[in-house]
Amino acid sequence: MKSAASLPPLSRRLAEVLLWILPLIPLGAMILWMFSGDPLRLAPQGLPPIEELSIQRSIVTPDGFELEIVNSGPDPVTIAQVAVDDAFWGFTVEPPGVLPRLGGARVSILYDWVRTEPHTITLITSTGLTFSHTIDLALPSPRLGLREFLAYGLLGVYVGIIPVGLGMLWFPAMRRLGRRGMGVILSLTVGLLVFLLADTMVEALEVANELPGTFQGTSLVVLTALTAWLAILAAGRRGEKGEGADPRMRLATLIALGIGLHNLGEGLAIGAAYALGEAALGSFLVIGFTLHNITEGVGIAAPLTQAQPRVRRLAGLTLLAGSPAILGAWLGGFAFSPILAAIFLGVGAGAIVQVVVEVSGLIVRQSRSAGDSPSTWANLAGFLAGIVVMYLTAFLVK
Amino acid sequence: MSRQSSDPRRVSRRDFLKAGVLGTGALAGLAALQRAASAAGPAPSAANAAAHHDDPMGHGGSGTVGDVDITRFDPMAFASTFDRGRVSITPEGRRLREWDVVAIEKEIEVAPGIWFPAWTYNGQVPGPSFRCEEGEILKVNFTNGTSHAHTIHFHGIHPPSMDGVTPQVMPGESFTYEFEARPFGLHLYHCHTMPLKRHIHKGLYGAFIIDPPGGRAPAREFVMVMNAFDTNFDSANEIYAVNTVGFHYLRHPIPVRIGEPIRVYLVNITEFDLVNSFHLHAGMFRLYRTGTNLDTYEYTDTVTMGQGERHVLEFTLDYPGQYMFHAHQSEFAELGWAGFFEATE
Repeated sequence: MKSAASLPPLSRRLAEVLLWILPLIPLGAMILWMFSGDPLRLAPQGLPPIEELSIQRSIVTPDGFELEIVNSGPDPVTIAQVAVDDAFWGFTVEPPGVLPRLGGARVSILYDWVRTEPHTITLITSTGLTFSHTIDLALPSPRLGLREFLAYGLLGVYVGIIPVGLGMLWFPAMRRLGRRGMGVILSLTVGLLVFLLADTMVEALEVANELPGTFQGTSLVVLTALTAWLAILAAGRRGEKGEGADPRMRLATLIALGIGLHNLGEGLAIGAAYALGEAALGSFLVIGFTLHNITEGVGIAAPLTQAQPRVRRLAGLTLLAGSPAILGAWLGGFAFSPILAAIFLGVGAGAIVQVVVEVSGLIVRQSRSAGDSPSTWANLAGFLAGIVVMYLTAFLVK
Repeated sequence: MSRQSSDPRRVSRRDFLKAGVLGTGALAGLAALQRAASAAGPAPSAANAAAHHDDPMGHGGSGTVGDVDITRFDPMAFASTFDRGRVSITPEGRRLREWDVVAIEKEIEVAPGIWFPAWTYNGQVPGPSFRCEEGEILKVNFTNGTSHAHTIHFHGIHPPSMDGVTPQVMPGESFTYEFEARPFGLHLYHCHTMPLKRHIHKGLYGAFIIDPPGGRAPAREFVMVMNAFDTNFDSANEIYAVNTVGFHYLRHPIPVRIGEPIRVYLVNITEFDLVNSFHLHAGMFRLYRTGTNLDTYEYTDTVTMGQGERHVLEFTLDYPGQYMFHAHQSEFAELGWAGFFEATE
């Protein structure tokens, strides 16, 4: 038998390709065999279909309800009947008929619902299994219109841009700090970022838990977080090589990006809660978010104290960190999808990890260049203060 | 049912919505729906059909969507079908009535599109309505064609050895129940294998009518077995009905003549819920409790019954139109246990 190495180059390459393809041939044959024959007929017979339906979103319309559903089980599902509050009720399914695995559909029910009272909708499948969804407080879901668009945009402005912008106003004062003072402020930034990381991750996993099993919510969150972290790591390395780029500005931009992604998640949550009537937009909530997020502005400005940023750059950073809250509020209010939310929150968490690494690196470098230890009591106090301030101000918005 | 004159599309979604809003309660809503439907088409029953299963949107208003396959089990035919068995004369000169009953596992449609893995007597739920006369000798040849033990336990007076608690009839085995038909009245039969709840709610039950000697006065007679189905097996019912199919007599009103005597053999075998009831709209009935006495017990329009209770109801409907009847547990009524009589000249 000839060895592959002794063959002429072209044949050798062909042989290599064949070696890669070879396992696919029995794989294809096996799949064909599984589908054409019935090799599992030896398995116990009469297994009932395991049906699973995931109710992704409920919309309250002026004259009824709409449910967006996904068949998240292994078998096709047919919705046979619908009951509202234990009474059968007329409905339509679009598309009608059998819902294939991972197939989506919209169930519409004309119903004279009662304002601010709960209603439970039960879907009954052809095998008699039931899947229920409770609307805790019936209020018309927001529909996309100019007025609603502006209202949710404003919500994002309150949650994102205004607090970050107000925080930035400390920039002139921070410039007067000495090296030690800067260390404290940067440590404070790390503290608040660590809080945001935990907050984002917890929220991401909460949303992930509500996803149908097929989507493997927890893995999805971890995967997107990891991807975001590596992407920002790679982008950061490339940015370092760039000429003329101020490393302090780069770090500030990175912090703003990380905080921006977190604010996207925050906007998403508040937009969705507002749309479901679970949050009332009052002055208390706006003040709460302002106090909660004001430290974010401080954090973004912290690495810039020894640079000479233009006001325009500072405004740009404010927008980068704050405006994703607007996008989040729109998405949360008008097109909330748990999958999208899990992905966004995962990306936010991954981004913040890298920002924590970078800001910590800056603290270490600054201390080393002055011959100090980075872990001074002052720095530790700043770090803890960052976490505690975020924790306490979160009381105002949770 | 005719629907020659009405285009089902004439009843628009808006009409249904208005009808739904008009009704103050759920049942009023049903009635209003009916009124709206009647107003929309010249033939009330046709419009009703449109409302419940011809609406192209299948949308709006209470009730189920679609219709069941009546070639498998027709609740309308079941209501007026009595199984009188085979009659012969014993050597002693007594009348012998004989039935063959087979327990069969079968998927049944309990509401449009909802299939329930039932245990049945002779492939139907409820089982056949056995009918005989007081004093006859009854013989029931029971064969168990399922994969679980079952029995037939008859209500009435008979030797305990014929009571259907023992012996348990194992899969593939047979047993013959033999006893005298007494006393006259409306009785019940059902499986008495443990766990009882499951053996009953899976569908092993039926009406057992013993006529008084010489029979009752002539009338249009219907069997109505109040039953319910726990389709997701969580020990609570998803669907309620008389004669198995939820809302069937709402989609297909039971036709009767104005003024003709009507007799309903009403049986409650509802599992899980403590009581069930029967309420007649726009009329009153004479109640014969358990049917064991020929004197009227009460003149009323509502009767509440525990599981296993059964009564004979007699009434006439004096005006043309649709007479609703339903459980006066609103929840049951809205989960399938509601229907109409339709009285015409």
